[in-house]
Amino acid sequence: MAALLSSPWPWYVAGPLIGLMVPALLLISNRFFGISSSFRHACAALWPAGIAYFDYDWKQEVWNLWFVGGIVVGGWLTAHGLGSPAPLLPLQWLGWPGVLSWQGLLMSVGGGLLIGFGTRYAGGCTGGHAIAGLATLQRPSLVATLAFFAGGLSVTWLVLPLITGSAS
Amino acid sequence: MSKPAQTQRAARDRVGRQLAVALLGVAFGIIIVKSQVASWFRINAMFRFEEFHMYGVILSAIAVAMLSVRLIAALGVRTIDGEAVVIAAKPADHGQWIGGFIFGCGWALTGACPGPLYAQLGAVGPVVLITLFSALAGAWLYGRWRPHLLH
Repeated sequence: MAALLSSPWPWYVAGPLIGLMVPALLLISNRFFGISSSFRHACAALWPAGIAYFDYDWKQEVWNLWFVGGIVVGGWLTAHGLGSPAPLLPLQWLGWPGVLSWQGLLMSVGGGLLIGFGTRYAGGCTGGHAIAGLATLQRPSLVATLAFFAGGLSVTWLVLPLITGSAS
Repeated sequence: MSKPAQTQRAARDRVGRQLAVALLGVAFGIIIVKSQVASWFRINAMFRFEEFHMYGVILSAIAVAMLSVRLIAALGVRTIDGEAVVIAAKPADHGQWIGGFIFGCGWALTGACPGPLYAQLGAVGPVVLITLFSALAGAWLYGRWRPHLLH
């Protein structure tokens, strides 16, 4: 049991559990699984600035903020209690103080901007499009998922080697 | 039941509901850290076709979600409030391929999609706030420039 908790979980355990988030959210609060909407709700709550896209009653969608708050807690619990030996990030670029190097800033600030802008432009992320959208056979989600991979492959093969100075 | 008691119960219901959703989030956070879905190295290995791990996670998640949603529809399962389950339709415009490509670039750089980003904040620490606040800024800029973008 201790070994099970401290070693990385295989895909055939994690994948189905992640898939179950979709029916769980539907049955508990009739909401469609998705995470990047939380960026929109946070903007609407913190700094709507009179922008039409943020002019709606975000409190109706507050479940999404509870969900992502839970994810932060789950991440903390895992790292501090359940044992997560392998580092999650290349700390020479995405930990202190490496994040302040040009490579680190490009990956964190540059990457973060692209995530926020891109997911909202696409109307969803890996959760809402690739998992929930494809599971309900929605055509826009197939386009989005193919585009996610096109972008990810381009950066991984063409841009990352320039940043990391090797084949990473 | 008196009116104030009803209102109180409705409020408690709401808090209970959000706590249940938050607990689901906690479970999700644990799963994606324990399975290293929230790992930059796993995302990198996926895009470099070095490992099956991430493909296995995504494909089996889709399969289980699809099966669950079909079962809910076939059996007419209702929500805990007795409502019919509603599947939200995703938007269909040029945003999926343009925005999707942009997000994909960010996914490979940060090694995180939005869910794992929150998990990394908890697991790695405040340094991840730099990426998270940048993502919020990106979403804000999208909202600001939305009228001028191709949709």
